[in-house]
Amino acid sequence: MVNFKINDRELSVKPGTTILEAAEKAGIPIPHLCYLKEINEIAACRMCMVEVEGTDRLVPACNTQVTEGMVIHTNSPRVSRARRTNLRLILSQHNSNCTTCIRGGNCELQRLAQDLNIHYQTYDVQPERSRVDLSVPVVREAGKCIKCMRCVQVCDKIQGMNIWDVVGTGSRTTVDVKVGRSLKDTDCTFCGQCVTHCPTGALTVRDDTNRVLRAIADPEIITVVQVAPAVRVAWAEEFGLEGAKASTGRMVAALKRMGFNYVFDTNFTADLTIMEEGSEFLERFTRRGKHRWPMFTSCCPGWVSFLKSQYPAYKEHLSTAKSPQQMFGAVVKSFFAEKIGVDPAKICVVSVMPCSAKKAECELPSMKAANGDPDVDVVLTTREMCRLFRSDFVDPAELEDETFDSPFGTGTGAAVIFGATGGVMDAALRSAYYLVTGKNPDPDAFSEVRGNKPWREATFEIPGAGKVRVAVVSGLGNTRKLMEAVDSGTVDYDFVEVMACPGGCAGGGGQPIHEGKELAASRGNQLWKLDAKAPIRFSHENPDVQALYRQYLKAPLGERSHRLLHTHHD
Amino acid sequence: MSRLEVKTPSRAQATVEQLYRNMERRIAASPPGLCPVDMALNFLDLCRAQTCGKCAPCRIGLAQLSNMLHEVLDGEPDLSILDRMEVTAQTIVDTADCAIGIDAANLVLMGLKGFRDDYEEHILHHRCLGSLKNPVPCTALCPAGVDIPGYVALVKEGRCADAVRLIRKDNPFPVACAYICEHPCEARCRRNMVDDAVNIRGLKRYAVDQAGDVPQPKVAPATGKSVAVIGGGPGGLSAAYYLALMGHKVTVYEKRQKLGGMMRYGIPSYRFPREKLDAEIASILSLGIEVHTGVKVGNDISFEELTAKYDCLYLSIGAHTDKKVGIEGEDSKGVISAVQMLGQIGDEDMPDFTGKRVAVIGGGNVAMDVTRSAIRLGAEKVTCVYRRRIEDMTAQAEEVEGAIAEGAEVMPLQAPLRIEADENGNTVALWTQPQIIGEVDKAGRPRPGNAAVEPLRIPAEVVIVAIGQGIETRGFEEAGIKIQRGGTLSANASTQLPDMEGVFAGGDCVTGPATVIRAIAAGKAAAANIDEYLGFHHEIHSGVEVPVPSCTDLRPRGRVNPTERDASERKCDFACIECSMTDEEAAQESSRCLRCDRFGFGNFKGGRVDKW
Repeated sequence: MVNFKINDRELSVKPGTTILEAAEKAGIPIPHLCYLKEINEIAACRMCMVEVEGTDRLVPACNTQVTEGMVIHTNSPRVSRARRTNLRLILSQHNSNCTTCIRGGNCELQRLAQDLNIHYQTYDVQPERSRVDLSVPVVREAGKCIKCMRCVQVCDKIQGMNIWDVVGTGSRTTVDVKVGRSLKDTDCTFCGQCVTHCPTGALTVRDDTNRVLRAIADPEIITVVQVAPAVRVAWAEEFGLEGAKASTGRMVAALKRMGFNYVFDTNFTADLTIMEEGSEFLERFTRRGKHRWPMFTSCCPGWVSFLKSQYPAYKEHLSTAKSPQQMFGAVVKSFFAEKIGVDPAKICVVSVMPCSAKKAECELPSMKAANGDPDVDVVLTTREMCRLFRSDFVDPAELEDETFDSPFGTGTGAAVIFGATGGVMDAALRSAYYLVTGKNPDPDAFSEVRGNKPWREATFEIPGAGKVRVAVVSGLGNTRKLMEAVDSGTVDYDFVEVMACPGGCAGGGGQPIHEGKELAASRGNQLWKLDAKAPIRFSHENPDVQALYRQYLKAPLGERSHRLLHTHHD
Repeated sequence: MSRLEVKTPSRAQATVEQLYRNMERRIAASPPGLCPVDMALNFLDLCRAQTCGKCAPCRIGLAQLSNMLHEVLDGEPDLSILDRMEVTAQTIVDTADCAIGIDAANLVLMGLKGFRDDYEEHILHHRCLGSLKNPVPCTALCPAGVDIPGYVALVKEGRCADAVRLIRKDNPFPVACAYICEHPCEARCRRNMVDDAVNIRGLKRYAVDQAGDVPQPKVAPATGKSVAVIGGGPGGLSAAYYLALMGHKVTVYEKRQKLGGMMRYGIPSYRFPREKLDAEIASILSLGIEVHTGVKVGNDISFEELTAKYDCLYLSIGAHTDKKVGIEGEDSKGVISAVQMLGQIGDEDMPDFTGKRVAVIGGGNVAMDVTRSAIRLGAEKVTCVYRRRIEDMTAQAEEVEGAIAEGAEVMPLQAPLRIEADENGNTVALWTQPQIIGEVDKAGRPRPGNAAVEPLRIPAEVVIVAIGQGIETRGFEEAGIKIQRGGTLSANASTQLPDMEGVFAGGDCVTGPATVIRAIAAGKAAAANIDEYLGFHHEIHSGVEVPVPSCTDLRPRGRVNPTERDASERKCDFACIECSMTDEEAAQESSRCLRCDRFGFGNFKGGRVDKW
């Protein structure tokens, strides 16, 4: 152990501990803006400066290790003056239009400016000129960037896409897309991890709420909203609600207050996806020689985009099944339109997703409904849905639980786990087992695919079909490792689930942002709990899905399914 | 994509590298007198272009400091901006991650302290204290203000005698300065912007060598006033020269046997041949100056007698006492001071070091002079020990290189510890404590400290101490002349002594040991002020017309450097080691002069001072 003194308290920590960690352990907060544990410890913002006796300058707490006998002062007048000066300098290049900023109220810079009691600016305010491109889901406003470099590091180290980079030199150094391109010309998957790790409003997901408000206001338009599984375990964070008040039912009630004509559950099409994708897997599995292996899930648009740009040779390994979001739009604009007797062109399908890449997915030319319109018209993130509630002064805390509308309001436990890493695989295996054997397995028989290890493997015996070798991975950096292993033949799988965001959709780029916290695992656990409590835990037992097949689709992989629910990934 | 690539600089990078070198030379050629605030701003802007951009204080702070400096220069803010600048710069120093930011902010802090007056003038009065007092850099930097472009132009035309006449207007020692001037004129030569400074001293050497004996101008009608000059070195003789030209009766009192001061008793003849010195002194004396050598004021004649006898006195007694190291054994036989040794040589009394091992203590020009003289006096081995590193030596680099070429051993990072003597008190060795170079002191020089190494024994029968000179003030102090801390006489910029009617002083005895040209400049200033004091206003002019240039050649061209006699040959005698330029070299070198007296600001104001 290393003994040291911090603000006159004698403490000891393990060797290798930084001053910042040591102070936090002792309950002494040290402000910081750029620090992201193990990802960004570059001491760029110089807010965590502390005084160490015996050194003539201040030292950054985030990347200086505590040494034996160190005497640290975290709040001396010198430290406080330096911090305030540095923050003023940062603010002098920040477009502080906090009143209209998407991150207003949830901004580290704003919070720190308030904490440090900075209300007057002594420097000329000269934010970098912003050129905002709203044609893509991830939007960068240069004037708000504080050059903390977190986005660069998250994209490089977690997602391995290397989209962002430091550009320029000298005092005009900034962050931008690598080698002078526009974001739309890159391989960016729009996973949004840079957005959820940005301390300010420099990186945001494009706000599409006005398009939704316009549709709701138009009496000619029928608005249909679907809510993805992972949204229900995260939305309440934005309102500080917990326990019973954080229920799915309140979210449904709030959406109904907004004036949507139909509030449906993406869980329904998650179950439908399992029917199609599970059947497709069995179809391929029983004709092994005709197909290339492994088969990959296709419900994560970040992953699909990654595979298409990084490993295009593997495109045909993707399941042809559309994602639950797209299947939902497809059945709404066909079966449901027929059922309620409305021209599908008059239906506006809105998705609420934990995801920013879904905004790009719904715009793909391969994601069209029967009438040629997009399956899904507008995608909102979890954060946008909450902002929508606020904008209409809908207070979920004051509402009673309500249920999703019929007929697309039911979902099984197998559907809700789509929001957690391993969930799609777990659900698919449950139904595949049934489809092969005619008997349900234990719903927890495939729990080996669950958990927080980024890359998990398992082999299951399905009687009558044989051994199925599966793998589950989340995070694109991990995914690249898996793909390299697949490509070099060092691993052999039959079925692989990939989610672009670490921890799956629960940690998606559209989810509520909490500085310094990674909530994918805890949100995922809530989803697994919902599954465990669910009365039905097999997709094939979803009564509405069964009805849809009876009344309209006939059978998985049938002609209508093929036309509406499957696509090609070119 | 290859795994690793061989680094080859791009064309842009290669160009930038060239621009860096150009900028270095350009900074070297900065004319004196520029607005320091404006320079600080532009240095800062260079620094902020160097930031990598990672840390906020460096990336943004330097830009904001630049904004504030702009405001100051625009005369917009009030004085509180200086505090804001200080807080910002101090925060950058305290919190930036690397030297790029820290050093840049330090530069601003230094300026805020070093030229606060300039800052305040801009803020309070919206004006600048800076001005180009003299737009000709070489002339501005010559202590005596010699018309350098003028004589270079005359050399170019082959008018070497006129060149000597033009120099004499400001400096009666063109020959001495041709050989031994430290040429501060070359430091900011505008030609640096193109390639390198003009070899000004080399051209002067060519001029005096070609011109030979140039007759002196006629002196002005006698004024009936008398002036005594005490000390016959370059400063005293300069004052005597101009005062004589003005028609005053001048008498020089010299303690030593011969005139010349440090030019004779400090500078060895291999740098400045004695016959040249004697000829130049004779030329000056030809104006009718009376000389009393071997007279020590205070002993042979009292200060009061002098003040009674003469209308005016000029004190130019120089700095001729030696300083002691203060180590054990310093009084052993064989330990001598540089002043003592060079003085002896000046009186043609050559010590014999044949077969002896000599250790020299010191790193200045005098240390090099005694080192190189010791070699010429037959020493078996000469070792020069110095506390700091070779690059920290105050001696000119060419002197050190010359000494090494002649076989001297230079041992840097050795602090003298003690002198070992045998039972008869004869020196047998110098012991030194090896040093390790350490932190930089306030003056910007790294300080040495004792290294954890055993002391070193350097066998030596002779130890020469060359660590600086002091001023012999006895005899003057008693007469009521104020002596400052540090032992120098206190004279103001106009060379007048406070509370002393009609007594002036200048040169080493006022500044401490300095250069010949500074002593000459002080003598010149004293002559002018004494002339005024005596109630006259004689004007000194050369009567030489300086050729008007047509255009200058700005194509980069190498500087002609002086050549020297072969080291193995020259180390055996005291004859001059430096060779004169050839006609061809002088023609080429003189054509490199940019004629700042004529081009740029020079043809508007201050390009030439025809008389003083």
